[in-house]
Amino acid sequence: MKEYLTNLGNKTLNFFRYLGGVTELCLETFFWIFVPPMKRERIFEQAKRIGLDSLLIVSLVGLFTGMILALQTAYLMKKLSSEIYIASIIALSLTRELGPVLTALIVAGRSGAAITAEIGTMTVTEQVDALKTLATNPVKYLVVPRFLALTFMLPVLTIYADLVGIFGGYLIGVNRLSISPSMYLATTFDTLVNKDIFTGLIKTVFFGMLIALISCYEGLNVEGGAEGVGKSTTNSVVTTFIFIIVADCFFTALFYFFF
Amino acid sequence: MIEIKGLSKRFNDHMVLDSLDLKIETGETKVIIGRSGCGKSVLLKHIVGLLIPDSGTVLVDGQDVSKLDEKRMNQLHMKIGLVFQGGALFDSLSVWENVGFVLREYSTLKEKEIRERVKEALSLVNLYDVEDKMPSELSGGMKKRVSLARALCVRPQIILYDEPTTGVDPITADAINVLIDELHDKLKVTAIVVTHDMRSAYKVADKIAMLYNGKIIAEGTPDEIRYTHDSIVHQFITGAAHGPITANLKTQQI
Repeated sequence: MKEYLTNLGNKTLNFFRYLGGVTELCLETFFWIFVPPMKRERIFEQAKRIGLDSLLIVSLVGLFTGMILALQTAYLMKKLSSEIYIASIIALSLTRELGPVLTALIVAGRSGAAITAEIGTMTVTEQVDALKTLATNPVKYLVVPRFLALTFMLPVLTIYADLVGIFGGYLIGVNRLSISPSMYLATTFDTLVNKDIFTGLIKTVFFGMLIALISCYEGLNVEGGAEGVGKSTTNSVVTTFIFIIVADCFFTALFYFFF
Repeated sequence: MIEIKGLSKRFNDHMVLDSLDLKIETGETKVIIGRSGCGKSVLLKHIVGLLIPDSGTVLVDGQDVSKLDEKRMNQLHMKIGLVFQGGALFDSLSVWENVGFVLREYSTLKEKEIRERVKEALSLVNLYDVEDKMPSELSGGMKKRVSLARALCVRPQIILYDEPTTGVDPITADAINVLIDELHDKLKVTAIVVTHDMRSAYKVADKIAMLYNGKIIAEGTPDEIRYTHDSIVHQFITGAAHGPITANLKTQQI
């Protein structure tokens, strides 16, 4: 019993230590964003890499999610003879919830893991120490460009995923469920209001920040060579997934009750 | 001048540096010898401010390194070049981008001028036509020399070498020793070389200091160390498996 409690205590302490570390990195990142010089090409390079890395998989997941949603909602809507609402349900589900969350999870698994592995390797091969001895702050050089790139690229990828998903729903709706194309599009865009789109996008800005901070934090704190890099990369993906889901629940509740 | 007073550092339960005192005069090449894992690299990291001491001070030209703010620390880093054991070259940058890193980041020099400075630094370490290669295309010895060129590019007053001859063949090792000697003569820099390679130590040192159990236990010229009567130093420099250093260790710890 004593051992169990000690373990629980240690895990709780480690969790708060981790939260403290990520929060500290977040504050440092915001500080360094405003310290010149800002090398824009480094941010564009990261944004390009993150966008291109995830584009194909975001397209596939977006398309198939839209198609699956169409088929699943059709099951109920047919019973109620309300097939026309399929388009609205797909548009709302994608823009408010599935688009932001699925895109964030994909980017966390693809780009977040790559960031942890890259920075982690730099840490264990003393490249991060070398940066410091060359009068360069690692947060400014490594974290800030990735943070800004992810914060900008995740909403862009989400808009793209929403559109591809709506197109997937359209394919099923028009070809298999006999909804007319003009009716499908009209129902989709009549239902959507600015609030639906913006609440979805606001979430992704925070998801982007979470992915950047957790993956960079894990990378900067790698210990123990190649094995440590592998462990931190796994930790980074798992932790980011959990944080994204928890943050999503928080934001959904916030938007539901207050906006 | 670098002055280390009462420096102590502990990692978990292991006391790595224990009230260590050491002085390195301006223009001197001091070699610090000791067994692997005895804290030589930890000592170097304290000198460049990568580690904060538990107690004690490291003074570089009178400035306490652990008390410097970010701006002053950066100024100090412009004076000190550290050559890492594995080179620590940035994988994603080419050789010229590595060597000219500080100039590209902080100077107003144009690319052409930076390339000239990079060529000059690479020629000091006897490397030619490697500017556009990536670190993965270089051998271990070349990586160490590029790392040294990167340190030289900012024209430092102090150069710290972390195991400069470890992991390279004897001929390359000797070429690196000659290089350290030449740079000392040409640039008049203060140098600290951390190594357990005695051939290298004798060749480049003005003075040798031995680190053992967290303290400097012996210090002297290469000849004084070579002919020492201290049994611990003697065991280390002769590389004997049995003696006072290993007397209290189990076989698998030796």
